[in-house]
Amino acid sequence: MKLLRVTPSPHIRDNMTTQKIMLCVIAALVPSAVAAVIHFGWLALLMMVFCVVCSVAFEGLCRIIMKREQTIRDGSAALTGLLLAMNLPVTLPLWEAALGCFIAIVVVKQLFGGLGQNFANPAIAARIILMLSLTGDMTNWIQPRTAVSDFSYDAVSSATPLVSGTANIMDLFWGSTGGCLGETCAAALLFGGIFLIGMGIISPVTPFAYIGTMAVCTLIYSGGDVHFMLYHLLAGGLMLGAFFMATDYVTTPITWQGKLIFGVGCGILTFLIRAFGNYPEGVSFSILLMNILTPYIDKFTMTKPFGGIRKAGSKA
Amino acid sequence: MRRLHGVRLPHYKQTSDMPFETLPLPEKVVIPMSMHMGKPCTPTVKPKQTVAVGECIGTSDAPFSADIHASVSGTVQAVTDLRLMNGTVCKAVEIEPDGLQTPFAGLTVPAYGSREEFLTALRRSGGVGMGGAGLPTHIKLNPPKKIDFLLINAAECEPYITADDRTMQEKPLTILKGIRRIMQVLDIPECAIGVEENKPDAMKIISEAAEKDPAITLVPLPPVYPQGAEKVLIYHITGRTVEEGKLPADCGVIVMNVSSIAFVEEYFSTGMPLVNRGLTVDGDCIGKRCSLNVPIGTPIRNVLDYAQCDYEKLDRLISGGPMMGQCLPGTDYPVTKTMNAVLALSEAEKRRTTACIRCGRCIQACPHRLMPTELEKAYQKRDVARLEELKLQLCMLCRCCSYVCPANRPLAETNGLAKAFVRQQKEAAK
Repeated sequence: MKLLRVTPSPHIRDNMTTQKIMLCVIAALVPSAVAAVIHFGWLALLMMVFCVVCSVAFEGLCRIIMKREQTIRDGSAALTGLLLAMNLPVTLPLWEAALGCFIAIVVVKQLFGGLGQNFANPAIAARIILMLSLTGDMTNWIQPRTAVSDFSYDAVSSATPLVSGTANIMDLFWGSTGGCLGETCAAALLFGGIFLIGMGIISPVTPFAYIGTMAVCTLIYSGGDVHFMLYHLLAGGLMLGAFFMATDYVTTPITWQGKLIFGVGCGILTFLIRAFGNYPEGVSFSILLMNILTPYIDKFTMTKPFGGIRKAGSKA
Repeated sequence: MRRLHGVRLPHYKQTSDMPFETLPLPEKVVIPMSMHMGKPCTPTVKPKQTVAVGECIGTSDAPFSADIHASVSGTVQAVTDLRLMNGTVCKAVEIEPDGLQTPFAGLTVPAYGSREEFLTALRRSGGVGMGGAGLPTHIKLNPPKKIDFLLINAAECEPYITADDRTMQEKPLTILKGIRRIMQVLDIPECAIGVEENKPDAMKIISEAAEKDPAITLVPLPPVYPQGAEKVLIYHITGRTVEEGKLPADCGVIVMNVSSIAFVEEYFSTGMPLVNRGLTVDGDCIGKRCSLNVPIGTPIRNVLDYAQCDYEKLDRLISGGPMMGQCLPGTDYPVTKTMNAVLALSEAEKRRTTACIRCGRCIQACPHRLMPTELEKAYQKRDVARLEELKLQLCMLCRCCSYVCPANRPLAETNGLAKAFVRQQKEAAK
């Protein structure tokens, strides 16, 4: 007979693993990826694959250089790459996309200690840095379905609907407007988001709080104009941000109360930036700002244990 | 009322329709002197002495202790040392059965006129909580406060185990008589039996038997682990909260395992102390899963042989359920009073422990709404103040957090270490 193994309990484990969670989120982005290819052509697919490969390569290299355990198999680097691609215009030169991957994986994630230790969402941080340093290329939107051949575009560039303010609501819903790869098609993002909520991967609290706050703020601001509200919900990166960025486990609060505060905060900041700021889009900035507040939100939204008694004079 | 959190586990209640079988007598039994919470007993027998079934072979003067009795008739071979699952060593009495199972001549049906006499008789019964913790029954039924609610724990929330389920199906009248006896002696007006809904047969049998008794109600509970944890059960059935550092008696409740009740009643009607126990034998290495009635002290090997265990596949041998059960160090370990199941499991899929991704699943799973991931960080820093602030002491080590963690982090295991660390620090500070 073999030797018996002695291990601490529990002797059974749930099937869910970090890798499966990452794969689920990647799967939830597939509809958006398909929409991106339909709207922006095969170059969109190239951009997504390129960003995924770059991110995984950077992660792998980093772990080798830092002599740490290899982590590319957990899928988080691939997910970051895909999310970053979703945040880029299809016309962006590939070397600039690679720079984005470097910022996301090396600077924002690995230098802070890798998965679970980064304080800001890597894809969001990379997008913001690219946006501020390469503003021209990052805002070179093209009109969907204007590709002349598979890998080239004619020069028709267009403003994002948030700048022009003239897009049709249905076009925004189905994504036939200018913008980043993954954020134009609200329908695909909603589908993916609902899939994630259904699978129990993300909490519905954050997206509901975020989108709900945006809806309320825009309604009040416009004096009850439903068209204006829908326009702001569907245009820009709100859906992508609310379902895929503001729900990132690592950089957002851990309790549902915290997630509620986080979502509402993101909503208010996005609205303020869009309505009164210099930038047409505020999703990335608002999520980054709330990422920074997350440790404080966590501190004030600790759970109240069942059966716990507060000792007189203790600060808890 | 709001329900406490927990996890939905696979049930694997595959032995719930298998009546208790009697295991053939083993060639030797090894009876440990410590099968209860409290002080181990001192052996009262010597090698070569003959003993009969139910004869006392170990006792102690300590109030927190339960007598030990011979489970077979035969000859004492030796008084040896046995290393228990928790690592400590205690005395154990080895008896070679003569095969006759002669009952001890000194056994009488206990008579009592008062609560004190009832408890004294119970003390001699060797009865302990049979759900796992092993609190001596005479201590449990002697609460320091007035009790107005008797809660029978028949939740049996761990996967695989059906020992309580089978006891309910086979001895419903004994259980109800036992409940009435305890209610009468301790003057408790109300009783509820908490059963998880995954035991429909037992629920039907018990509710039919209890139909005419308005003081006893059967409460079906959703099968969410750890439904059978004392504080969880009390909250879900009575709405009362046992606060940190308090006992169920502090809110007027006694919680008693259903098999323990059945034993108490059998003892008061026959006088036979606790010498056998019913256990579930299951797991993927078991060829013939079964419910078994086993003399206490029987080596596990006999149980495994009877259940056609595949020793080649066998990797882990567990006493109790897969959530809280402990790994047995070997197949010659004896069946004890608190062992409600023996699980023979094959090698589990190896999983790497990775970084915490702050998914919050452990917080959502914790019945006490603790924050296991924060507790883990606090323990890594050995921060006693933070551990206390996070209410480490409320953790009952139910292992829900470890079960759900997608990064395979040993969260509950860490809480166990943290509790020991805090205890050590406090003792050092004294």
